[in-house]
Amino acid sequence: MLPTQEAINEEIAEIHRTYAKSVAEGAPRRDHPLLDFPPYRGSVLRHPKQRLVVPRDPEAVELTGPVFGETDVTELDSDLTRQHPGEPIGERIIVTGRIVDRNGRPVRGQLVEIWQANAAGRYAHQWEQHPAPLDPNFTGYGRCLTDDDGRYTFITIKPGPYPWRNNTNAWRPAHIHFSIFGTAFTQRLVTQMYFPGDPLLPFDPIYQSIPDEDARRRLIATYDHDLSRPEWALGFRWDIVLDGPDATYMEEGR
Amino acid sequence: MTLPPTPSQTIGPYFGLALPFTGGGDIAPPWHPDAITVHGCVYDGAGDPVKDALLEFWQPAPDGSRAGAPGSLRRDPVTGEVIGRNHLKFTGFGRVPVDEDGHYLLRTLPPGGVPYISVCVFARGLLRQLYTRVYLPDRTDPEADPLLSSLPPERRATLLAIPERERVFRFDIRLQGDGTHEETVFLAFE
Repeated sequence: MLPTQEAINEEIAEIHRTYAKSVAEGAPRRDHPLLDFPPYRGSVLRHPKQRLVVPRDPEAVELTGPVFGETDVTELDSDLTRQHPGEPIGERIIVTGRIVDRNGRPVRGQLVEIWQANAAGRYAHQWEQHPAPLDPNFTGYGRCLTDDDGRYTFITIKPGPYPWRNNTNAWRPAHIHFSIFGTAFTQRLVTQMYFPGDPLLPFDPIYQSIPDEDARRRLIATYDHDLSRPEWALGFRWDIVLDGPDATYMEEGR
Repeated sequence: MTLPPTPSQTIGPYFGLALPFTGGGDIAPPWHPDAITVHGCVYDGAGDPVKDALLEFWQPAPDGSRAGAPGSLRRDPVTGEVIGRNHLKFTGFGRVPVDEDGHYLLRTLPPGGVPYISVCVFARGLLRQLYTRVYLPDRTDPEADPLLSSLPPERRATLLAIPERERVFRFDIRLQGDGTHEETVFLAFE
């Protein structure tokens, strides 16, 4: 039997309390989710129980990473509203931001990929069969390369929230999945961008798997009125900072 | 390091509509005389296959270059379809979704300078990616490798691919020990 939302909320609150207490007692803050986060039931059998091993190897291959170029993307890839003969239903939005490493250096010419549900909250995936309409004019994936300033830009429609079976009456907040490459394989980031003011965020065990409130908030885009284009689209800004060392970082010996 | 990083989130179950691409597992073409095959399954802590995992591979070229090359997702300018690598330059990057049995297959050339291929694992239920390495047994001296030599034998064994036949290696990934099988060694980079 599926747990109730109330039970999930209590589990989340308990884990957050434990985290806050450990920080208050001097433990370091955590930027990423807990891999073992039982309120997100899918994590229970899919997280390692052994400690991760740090290879003390300045020559590790993972300190470099794959590269991409103009041949890997087409101009249409970054506009998810133009991939079909007609226009998709929904609220047209512009999503843009800069990608930098932890030293603030822009990540240039790298691949950014996104995927999302349509305006009704339905993914164009055969495993997804909940009763919301597919949109024949929307598939929901896009790609682009960052520019010299580390900037990416997508035009899409605002995704709807959708139900899932983590617990009874479970709904994911509206989100866009992002996949990002840095200059090193260690900097690889797959994450989800959320929208400001979404009432579902407090209930979502995936969002809440990040125990640190400041860290969680970094996943929420900002509505930027100056980005909105009159009579056409609303603008959201979401800047991204990639974690992890790269070869230049190791060379500098920090 | 100064700026706080953007947190990770799970890849979820629906990445298949966006991330996999034709030929993603063919870093080298099957017809290449030096091509090797690495394949295996991804398992969870109950010993069941994980059917919604995505694996990415990164490695040096056979000449040891770590520069990589664009073109893993080379596109047809007319249709926008991915037409695959041209195989003149070695991109060093592979991406393979597992099938319904949790199985993946990679074709590549042995890396130059190191005995391993780096692996990045994503899956529904996994809130941040995991890193591991496929060590090719015929090229590996476990006592000389800084990572392998630091591991006890049963842990070390999870990183060594098993030769199945000429140029074919088996490498399973266990996200969590199931009581019978050892959990794969996963790596952290600080």
